[in-house]
Amino acid sequence: MSLLNYLSRKNNKPSASLAKERLQIILAHERASINRPDYLPALKRDLMEVVGRYIKINADDIKINLEKEGDTEILELNIALPEPLTESTS
Amino acid sequence: MSKVIVVTSGKGGVGKTTTSASFATGLAMRGYKTVVIDFDIGLRNLDLIMGCERRVVYDFVNVINQEASLTQAVIRDKAYENLHILPASQTRDKESFTIKGVGQVINELKDSFEYIICDSPAGIEKGAIMALYFADEALLVTNPEVSSVRDSDRMLGILHAKSKRAIDGIEPIKEHLIINRYIPSRVESGEMLSIKDIQDLLGIDLLGVIPESEMVLQASNAGVPVIREEESNSGQAYRDLVGRFLGEDIPLRFLEPEKKGLLKRLFGT
Ligand SMILES: Nc1ncnc2c1ncn2[C@@H]1O[C@H](COP(=O)(O)OP(=O)(O)O)[C@@H](O)[C@H]1O
Ligand SMILES: [Mg+2]
Repeated sequence: MSLLNYLSRKNNKPSASLAKERLQIILAHERASINRPDYLPALKRDLMEVVGRYIKINADDIKINLEKEGDTEILELNIALPEPLTESTS
Repeated sequence: MSKVIVVTSGKGGVGKTTTSASFATGLAMRGYKTVVIDFDIGLRNLDLIMGCERRVVYDFVNVINQEASLTQAVIRDKAYENLHILPASQTRDKESFTIKGVGQVINELKDSFEYIICDSPAGIEKGAIMALYFADEALLVTNPEVSSVRDSDRMLGILHAKSKRAIDGIEPIKEHLIINRYIPSRVESGEMLSIKDIQDLLGIDLLGVIPESEMVLQASNAGVPVIREEESNSGQAYRDLVGRFLGEDIPLRFLEPEKKGLLKRLFGT
C-alpha cells in the first residue's frame, strides 16, 4: 500500500462494511419476495371485505407482511383503524 | 458419467467467459475430455478468449437447426487435444434456441465428453436460463462489489427455481462461489468487500479467489486462456481452483497485498 493510501485511510470510513450492511438488508428483502406466496393480494382483498363489514377502512390501512425468522414464517397483519370520530355508524 | 457445469453470474463483465475458458482448459490439462459452449447467442466471445475465432465455421444454432453436425461445429483446441469449443452463433435470431434443441445437443455431447462447461450470457433472460437449465453444478462468478453480489444472489434464486433439477425435484445443483477481481490491498483498507463478507452474504461454498491481474487482459489479447500463463497470479489461482474442484485440498493464495519488492516488480503478476 502506498503512503498516500495509508494517510488517506484514516479519513475513509471503511466503505466495505457499509456495503455489507446494505447488501444484508436488500438480499433478505429480495429473498423474501422471491418466495412470497401469490395468495397475499387475494388474502388482502378478502380481509378488506370482512373487516369492511364492520369498520370502514381503506386499502392502505391493511398491511400484510410475511417474514421468515429462522425456520418459522410469521404472517404479520397490521390493520390501522380509523380515528374514533370518523367511525362508521351506518 | 459426464457433468454439465454452468458458469453464471447475472451481472455482465464479471469474468464468466474468462472463467469458462480457464476452467475448461484446466480440466483438459488434467486429462479430462472437456467441451466449453458459448451460450451468448449474438455476442460470440469465447472463441476470441480461447484463440480459435478464425476456425469457426459452424455454430451452436447451426447444430440445433441440424444445418451442421456436432463434429463439424465443435472446434478442437490446438494446444490441448482434450479441449473443445462449441461457438455461439452471431445471428440475432434466437427462435431455434429452445430447451428441446439445447437438450438434444447437450445429450449428444455427453457421449463424447466428461465435462460440458456452459458459458452463460449476462442477465436473467432466455439465454441465461438455457445455459443453466441442464446444469449439474454451477460456478457463480462474483466480483467484490455490491451490484455483483446482489445479482449473484438473484441468480442463486433462479438456479433454485428454473433449472431442470429444481423443476424435476431431484438433488439440487451443486453451487460453487468464485470471487474474481479480488484486490487484497483494497480489502485490507476496508474499501472492498472481503471474502468472508461475500461468503456470509451468499452462503455457498467458496471454490476459489482470482486476484485482479493485468495478465487477464494480456492473455485475452493473445487468445490464450489465462490459466496457461504459469507465471501469473490469476493463472495459478485458476489452476488451484481446478484442483480444488477435482477434490484436492489446496489452500487459497494471493489474499495478501503484494509487497512491491524489486523481484516482484521485475517478475511479478
Ligand atoms: N481477474 C481479472 N483481472 C483483471 N481483469 C479481469 C479479470 N477477470 C476478468 N477481467 C476483465 O473483465 C472483462 C470482462 O470479463 P469477461 O470474462 O468477458 O466477463 P463476462 O463473461 O462475465 O461478461 C474483460 O475485459 C476481462 O479481461
Ligand atoms: Mg461473457
